Amino acid sequence: FQGYLDHEQFNQLEELQDDANPNFVEEVVTLYYRDSARLVHSIEQALEKSPIDFNKLDSYMHQFRGSSSSIGAKKVKAECSLFREYCRAGNGEGCMRTFQQVKKEYTALRKKLETFFQLARQAGPVDRARRPK
Amino acid sequence: MNPSNGKGSVSTSSRVSWKSNEAAPVADQFPVGLRVMVVDDDPTCLMILEKMLRTCKYEVKRCSRAEEALSILRGNSNGYDIVISDVHMPDMDGFKLLEHVGLEMDLPVIMMSADDSKSVVMKGVTHGACDYLIKPVRIEALKNIWQHVVRKRKNEWKEVDQQSGSADDGQQPKYSEDGDYSSSVNEGNWRNSKRRKDDDEDGEDRDDTSTLKKPRVVWSVELHQQFVGAVNQLGIDKAVPKKILELMNVPGLTRENVASHLQKYRLYLRRLSGVSPHQNNLGNSFMNPQDPGYGPLSTLNGIDLQTLAATGQLPAQSLATLQAAGLGRAVVAAKSRIPIPVVDQRNLFSFENPKLSFGDTQQPPQHLNNGGTQINMLHGIPTNMQPKQLVNLQHQGNSLPTVQNVQSVQSGSLLMQMTDQPPLRGQQPMGNYNSISQSSPMMNLSSSYPLSNIQAKSGFPEDLTSEMKGSTPGFMPSYDIFNELNHQQKSHDWELQNVGLTFNATQQANNSIDVLGTSIAASHHSGFSSSSQGSGLTRNASTVHANNNNNAISVGQHRMNVNNFYPDNNSVRVKLEPPLFPEQFGQDDLMSALLRQQQGQGGIGPAENDFDFDGYSIDNIPV
Repeated sequence: FQGYLDHEQFNQLEELQDDANPNFVEEVVTLYYRDSARLVHSIEQALEKSPIDFNKLDSYMHQFRGSSSSIGAKKVKAECSLFREYCRAGNGEGCMRTFQQVKKEYTALRKKLETFFQLARQAGPVDRARRPK
Repeated sequence: MNPSNGKGSVSTSSRVSWKSNEAAPVADQFPVGLRVMVVDDDPTCLMILEKMLRTCKYEVKRCSRAEEALSILRGNSNGYDIVISDVHMPDMDGFKLLEHVGLEMDLPVIMMSADDSKSVVMKGVTHGACDYLIKPVRIEALKNIWQHVVRKRKNEWKEVDQQSGSADDGQQPKYSEDGDYSSSVNEGNWRNSKRRKDDDEDGEDRDDTSTLKKPRVVWSVELHQQFVGAVNQLGIDKAVPKKILELMNVPGLTRENVASHLQKYRLYLRRLSGVSPHQNNLGNSFMNPQDPGYGPLSTLNGIDLQTLAATGQLPAQSLATLQAAGLGRAVVAAKSRIPIPVVDQRNLFSFENPKLSFGDTQQPPQHLNNGGTQINMLHGIPTNMQPKQLVNLQHQGNSLPTVQNVQSVQSGSLLMQMTDQPPLRGQQPMGNYNSISQSSPMMNLSSSYPLSNIQAKSGFPEDLTSEMKGSTPGFMPSYDIFNELNHQQKSHDWELQNVGLTFNATQQANNSIDVLGTSIAASHHSGFSSSSQGSGLTRNASTVHANNNNNAISVGQHRMNVNNFYPDNNSVRVKLEPPLFPEQFGQDDLMSALLRQQQGQGGIGPAENDFDFDGYSIDNIPV
């Protein structure tokens, strides 16, 4: 997980988890998946258009970056920032290249998180085990 | 509540009362239970924020869309203590939301964004955000947001409490800095002075934070008129709080008060220039197009008043403003749209204390509610005040400030009448604003609002306050109303009303009344129109008429007919009899100033007089 997640931020989420919301972290992450999947899709579509609407792209990426950072997705966030640089420069090529990177990091992150939750479920306390799978 | 609060004793009593007034029982365990509204289009962030806030033991309401948030806030004006909003949102720019909330509800707003570039943060500052958080937001940052609520309340409280004669300068203790920071962008010296006062004022604001009473300065129509007049005189660019304060010459008013008001006003102006002012659509809803004769004004008055009355929220002031507005109409004829940050005004009083809210034109009725509470304070003073508020709300667009001022003071009381609620004395049926004459009505306005406070401060003749004691200087409210009226132009009605009130003593108003008359004519005179003029400004029942005869007649025709216009007495008591206005009474000056302003004369000259209630015998107020 090293490098993928900003532990400080992720810790914040973990700390928010309590008896009232035992699955908080997973819920948040699930929400993030959903939302980010939507954004990724929108970005891809926007990139395919011609001419590219950089403003829209920038706006999508801003959102994506924001939610990624809120769960502590460090690498994804970094790639997003880079992407936005290209956007602002109006560099379509750069955007596309960077976006590939973004997607790569994003996928990797998801995998890691999946593993994380699996482990947490197994190793976690009883209540965790009760989590609906 | 204690009308006496206004006098300056606000601190304790108000504080306590504030607590009780506040719907939320937060005060006791503050900041536990702080009611937060969080707006963000990012569901992930929203979820995390909500959880964090709940962990801080706050009450949270989340929205993913700004429009939704605004409508919730408007529908429940007193339901939230603070708003946290994202900057980048698809349906509305975060800064726009910030402005709206600041002007309409006057709640502290915190901006947040993943964007930490200096320009964006600066934008937050200039738009009036009380804080800016960088995403990802940490829970530690959220733990302290309650400080903004306290700060804001204290500032307002301080303002109201200024009467103690604290120099306007830097009255505000340190905390004001934050709250007003955005406004101080333009006024650096103002900020400094605030800091200076820090030490001095500490004692005063020492309210227990828990109460967070905010004795806000109620920007009555009149007061606002004065303010606008001063601003116009100085030129919007050169209008610095210090100078404005000097021009206004309202004892008890501090520079802080002016500064924060100015800030709001600026935002309001900006908004107007950028956005088509919704012309107090709110007002429309409120105001029934009652005033066939007068046109817009009447509606304003009628609606507002009624609404106000209904809500009981609007302090008389609003009525006053409405009236003023109405007057303004007459004077200006074209709605001197002095972009009065009516909205703010309303917020002012919508807040827990009966603040003098002047012309919050934009305020949705909700605010009125707030105001209503305050007004209730006036006991006896019928909700007259409220209608005013409504008016104010409506009039947002109206920039009747000028008119209002004059009238407001007087009309304040009159306006008050407007509220359906039983007239101040409880005697008069709303139907007729006779109650207005109760004199208390006028005053009532003030009573309910912190007018008293303000009055004291603003230099309202203490007498007035004293007189009004029962009634609470309703003038202030009128002010608000005027503002509203201004927007609506309908306000004219009210203006007349206000005038009427003041006129009891003097008929001089005749002149001014003319102006008012036109505008106010629309206003429902319900109680007042005592008839003489027909204008309904029953001010003291007869005094007005006599004096106003000259004017009243002219005016009366316009507005005073109000009786007719306003379907329900409740709504528009405002009947201002034209002759009532101004010149003679201190109010007159205001009025004339207002009128003048409206007419483009520029400036409220005699603003000073406004507070001069001495001129009138309150008793005269037409009962």
